[in-house]
Amino acid sequence: MSMTEPVATIAEPWDQLDRGPPPVHAPSVLTPLVPRSSIAGRSLAAVVAIMAFLASLTTGAVMLVVSAANDWQSEVGREVTIQVRPAPGRDIEADVRNAIEIARAAPGIAEVRAYTKEESARLVEPWLGAGAALDDLPIPRLIVVKLSSGARPNFSPLRQVLTARVPTASLDDHRRWIERMRTMGAAAVAAGGAVFALVLAVTVLSVTFATRGAMATNRPIIEVLHYVGATDSFVAGQFQRHFLMLGFKGGALGGGAAILLFGVVEAVNAWFAGSPGGDEIAALFGNFSIGVAGYLAILGQIGLMAMVTALASRRTVNRTLETID
Amino acid sequence: MIRFENVGLRYGLGPEVLCDLNFGIEGHSFQFLTGPSGAGKTSLLRLMLLSLRPTRGLISMFDHDTATLSKNGRASLRRRIGIVFQDFRLLDHMTTYENVALPLRVLGQDEADYRSEVVELLQWVGLGERMGALPPVLSGGEKQRAAIARAVIARPQLLLADEPTGNVDPNLGQRLLRLFVELNKSGTAVIIATHDIALMDEYDARRLVLHEGRLHVYD
Repeated sequence: MSMTEPVATIAEPWDQLDRGPPPVHAPSVLTPLVPRSSIAGRSLAAVVAIMAFLASLTTGAVMLVVSAANDWQSEVGREVTIQVRPAPGRDIEADVRNAIEIARAAPGIAEVRAYTKEESARLVEPWLGAGAALDDLPIPRLIVVKLSSGARPNFSPLRQVLTARVPTASLDDHRRWIERMRTMGAAAVAAGGAVFALVLAVTVLSVTFATRGAMATNRPIIEVLHYVGATDSFVAGQFQRHFLMLGFKGGALGGGAAILLFGVVEAVNAWFAGSPGGDEIAALFGNFSIGVAGYLAILGQIGLMAMVTALASRRTVNRTLETID
Repeated sequence: MIRFENVGLRYGLGPEVLCDLNFGIEGHSFQFLTGPSGAGKTSLLRLMLLSLRPTRGLISMFDHDTATLSKNGRASLRRRIGIVFQDFRLLDHMTTYENVALPLRVLGQDEADYRSEVVELLQWVGLGERMGALPPVLSGGEKQRAAIARAVIARPQLLLADEPTGNVDPNLGQRLLRLFVELNKSGTAVIIATHDIALMDEYDARRLVLHEGRLHVYD
């Protein structure tokens, strides 16, 4: 069909108009089919940003706790303690020497050192005070046994030999502590996962409500798109594009703020390293760094928030479109 | 092209607004659809646009039984139909150019590929200098021409126009009619729904008259 051919015969008045100045050039950038102003963009981006910030904080906190627990575990797990209790009729010094010999003979042991009487006294000083008559008290003696690097010795034979030759000695491999650490780490991960799931649920609900609102506002546009032959997937794509961008914007804002916060705290922590307060924090949380893996996890969450936003909006759009014929 | 067999339509539990419609629309044909206000002209057009389903009967379009079409199938058929609404239904946030180009954009065509075609059509309907204007600043006649341009830009096989001259003065109405006639000569089947007797007297064409829900055809 030629559109120019009939002008001379039927459209004279409009043809005269066309003899005027050259036509305005068509716009090079096309307007989005769904107007940005019809979507509660800023509010939704703010909600996504807050949710991304909370999710990132949770992830960072969980990683800190797990990393600190691992550090504690590995530190505690690198040594075992032999406790030699005083008993009537036994020479505790001889028992300590025997225990040291037995420990040194065991495989995978790097260093064996017995606490001196004075060191043992210092351990109980907080409870008994300085200058207490410790000789009269049945204070056990401790022997610290450090394991070779990478060694995972089986303590059962050592324990059996110790019990046989030094009945007053007991071996503590700190298993209960390590189990507690593991439980605490697992609990922190589970709690973090639950918080993250809640954050995602709130994000999905917020996006769903915002999408429904946008669909209701833009219903006349959707109808026109259908009338000119648009498929549901085409229409859904128009909304999804908006919400994907909103998700990215919100996720980047929230995740970026969390990255900034962790970076600042890490820098402050490094600044105060060596001071008494800094040492205490370091003892609790290590170097207070979530590490490269932590920052990568937060970056991944930004993408995840955008993806969740886009998928939640697409699901809502598709469900709504099913009701529009 | 279109075949209605014993088609009836009712809204909800109400009475049938269209009953026992039996007629066909041939390719390249031109017809007026007329009848008093409320006779069901718009409902009949919506049936042909596949935006309503009949409560009974068979509608066949382009050799497809519309009752068995999927949503994508209906979208595919709608691409072969151009529609001019009585209230234009232009998208207010998009320029006249973008409104006219909408069907091509929906088809997934690249803007660079259809730009000259849209500009040429806009010039043809006298909107060459208004292509950057938003619909709210267009006059009634300009909106009507933009709506017609949007309906024909994808070169549909069937053009449906619902009261296309209802909002314009008689002079412009006659010019729009000539535009439709010219489109028909270029191969598009045209159905114009109107109750404007004077307009129908301007052009000798088949008349589909709706009265009390029944259709009478005057060839």
